[in-house]
Amino acid sequence: MTHALTGDAHVCGRHTPEDKKPGWWDEMIGPGKAVDTNKYFVICSNIIGGCSGSTGPQSIDPDTGKPYNTNFPVITVADMVRAQKRLVEHLGIKKLLAVLGGSMGGMQVLQWAVDYPDAMDCFIPIATASSFTPQNIAFDWVAREAIKADPNWKNGDYTPDMPPDHGLAAARMLAHITYLSEESLGRKFGRTLQDKAEFDFKFDFDFAVESYLQYQGQRFVERFDANSYLYITRATDYFDVTAKHGGDLNATFARVKSAALVVSFSSDWLFPTEQSRKIVDALLHNGKEVSFCEIKSGYGHDAFLLEVDTLGRMVRDFLHYRQEARNHE
Amino acid sequence: MNKRQFLDPQRRHDLDVIARFVNPGDKVLDLGCGDGLFLRKLKNDHKAQVLGVEIDQDSIVRCIGNGVPVIQRDLNDELNYIPPKSFDLAVLSHTLQETRRPDLLLKEIVKVGKRAAVSVINFGHWRCRAQVAFGGKMPRSTQMPFQWYDTPNIHFCTLNDFRELCRQLEITILEEYPIPGRYPRLTRLMPNIFATVCVFILEAK
Repeated sequence: MTHALTGDAHVCGRHTPEDKKPGWWDEMIGPGKAVDTNKYFVICSNIIGGCSGSTGPQSIDPDTGKPYNTNFPVITVADMVRAQKRLVEHLGIKKLLAVLGGSMGGMQVLQWAVDYPDAMDCFIPIATASSFTPQNIAFDWVAREAIKADPNWKNGDYTPDMPPDHGLAAARMLAHITYLSEESLGRKFGRTLQDKAEFDFKFDFDFAVESYLQYQGQRFVERFDANSYLYITRATDYFDVTAKHGGDLNATFARVKSAALVVSFSSDWLFPTEQSRKIVDALLHNGKEVSFCEIKSGYGHDAFLLEVDTLGRMVRDFLHYRQEARNHE
Repeated sequence: MNKRQFLDPQRRHDLDVIARFVNPGDKVLDLGCGDGLFLRKLKNDHKAQVLGVEIDQDSIVRCIGNGVPVIQRDLNDELNYIPPKSFDLAVLSHTLQETRRPDLLLKEIVKVGKRAAVSVINFGHWRCRAQVAFGGKMPRSTQMPFQWYDTPNIHFCTLNDFRELCRQLEITILEEYPIPGRYPRLTRLMPNIFATVCVFILEAK
């Protein structure tokens, strides 16, 4: 299992009964769920560059004894996958049944299928693309500008007691909008005002949607590091699975050896269905076994976390048949 | 297209005919594959390598539940995502009448398949003729149970119409298997009047 931009290794369940929230894909994964942990052994690790346990900008640079901050080397999605591959080798696993993930997790899935074609029986890229689009890069740029413009950022050398929270919260709010859809925002908030009957005619929040974004931004800075955000978004900007194969998706996927289930969502405008179709067409071009569905959903990009009924059923059945085929071999 | 909700291969004689053309290891493409039961049969019993194309989400979910690879596409679009001649057999069963441009789809299907198997519902069947001639109303049957105003079936033809179109498109009809309603002997003699459905095996010239 590969996690998305701000996800982490805690994919399902609660570590302690006191935990407020379960893992980020708890509805999909667990005993008796679509990815049934009674049947399958699920691995998810923190990506390098992150701030939830793996080596990242907050880690101590052994040469200086201080955090790397912006001296941390720029990383790529291929680096994340290389680290995961080493983990899988360390665990003594010769072949995975499946590599699956959504969004940036889906990019890692594609990188796995191309870089380590013999390492899996199938792969499931969800709500993703074979390369980051100019629109995606543009949003990342604005997000990073918000962080860099925060006076607390100090070229990355901020202290734990004065982090660039304003910049990071703004970056998160911007990104959060891209995860939703006009429909989902409309349904959830409309033009409702937050705890008031009339406009204030000031610049604090009036609308419920503003208050919601503010809340999302605040929650985010409590758990995420601003430099990590810069590094990981940069990694996604550079992502192009064809990069080492002459920019040719058909040539790139000639390497693939396993079956694929590709899934997109109808209202996802961050990773539109057209991007998934490109992946599917290139796999078909190479005669690879591939299934594809665009799930009807109003939730936007976030649908990959929310449409668990349809997605779950497909993933469950797909894994079942891959497992069966593997047992026959 | 809102395709057949449930496909029982036992009752679909055209599918039995088409299945006879599938050899072990053949690659078979089913355009408008519904819930994939036919392809599952070809995969399990004929050891074929299969791929379905379907537009309806629920059908796709069921295909995957049947262990059949399927991709979501609209058959009104070009089939240029399928490499030319990459399938031994391309199947189009009870679907042609639902497409916006049957002629364009036929041209495409003989491009992607070395051969194509197309089952055509015969609008020239005597019951259809009788319903128009004597009842003065648009024909309805078990294959076409819909009212004229809410039917997914928008392009009907007779077997003669279909043959003529193939001629115009320079598509060779290799074989014809007219499927009788009640009168097998008459169907053999006059398929355009007595066949309810006809399976055509096609090839590009």
